[in-house]
Amino acid sequence: MFDIYDFYEKMEDGKIMLSFKGEITSDLLTSILHIMESKLDNIGEEPKLKKKVYNVLVECLQNLYHHNDGTGNQNLVKSDSQNSALFLIGRSDNSTYKIITGNYILKENVLDFQSKLELINSMSKDELKEYYINTLSNESFSDKGGGGLGMIDIARKSGQKFEYKFTPINNIYSFFSLIIKVTQ
Amino acid sequence: MEILSIDISPKTPLVKFNAQEGKLEFRGRSIPENSIEFYTPIFDWIDKYSIQPKSETNINIQLEYFNTSSSKCLLDIFKKLQNLHTSNKSKVTVTWFYEEDDEDMLEAGEDYQAIIKVPFIMSKI
Repeated sequence: MFDIYDFYEKMEDGKIMLSFKGEITSDLLTSILHIMESKLDNIGEEPKLKKKVYNVLVECLQNLYHHNDGTGNQNLVKSDSQNSALFLIGRSDNSTYKIITGNYILKENVLDFQSKLELINSMSKDELKEYYINTLSNESFSDKGGGGLGMIDIARKSGQKFEYKFTPINNIYSFFSLIIKVTQ
Repeated sequence: MEILSIDISPKTPLVKFNAQEGKLEFRGRSIPENSIEFYTPIFDWIDKYSIQPKSETNINIQLEYFNTSSSKCLLDIFKKLQNLHTSNKSKVTVTWFYEEDDEDMLEAGEDYQAIIKVPFIMSKI
């Protein structure tokens, strides 16, 4: 039998506050944000950090909502994983929040996205500000509305480097894993 | 011209635009997934207002949170107001409110200030 206790303990050790695996819908986003806001209030998180965490959460979840390349596609290995994305948030004792996401990405999009993440990770605080302002003022909206600002904004607000990995799944897809840390 | 009034919701701000007073106001959160849908009536209102604006236009932005897709829409609003201002049709002032310890919100206001040629007032709540 699947070891539920082991699964529970792993979640406990990882200080997981909330986890979700499944289709990311607009209603789900509203619920997750509502739950997380209550949790942050309940633990009495410092207002400044609370705002940072909330802001990063909004962008991460909306990235999953807008940019899950697996949505509606039949070419994935597991038929039930088409619309799925993974989301976890944990909080360690020293008030470091870890936001973890996982989702499918088309292989043809990996290189561009990877170089964007590398560029963001290489930038200082001031360089990120400049990059954000340039992107905001120069780029037009994509059909998904994001305008390419999301990851830059997350990097600015979190103040930490992204940890990420692309795992090849088949000829068409890779799985994109991302860890974002948010601290004071 | 009719007052534009949109109620506050968990993901969208209160909007109150009064053409007679030349006063535009945003308050709350702007984190919708589809921000263009929400902002389109706002853009349309400003375009109509811009035909015969008041000699002074004041816009107050008091947002607790906004997502990056809203940030693009806010920029488009500021650009429309910048046109009014630089063409001398109306003297525009943006008042950007931020909570005392919210450096990110102050910085977001400063980002717009760097792009838009309209006077900005940074106002601590």
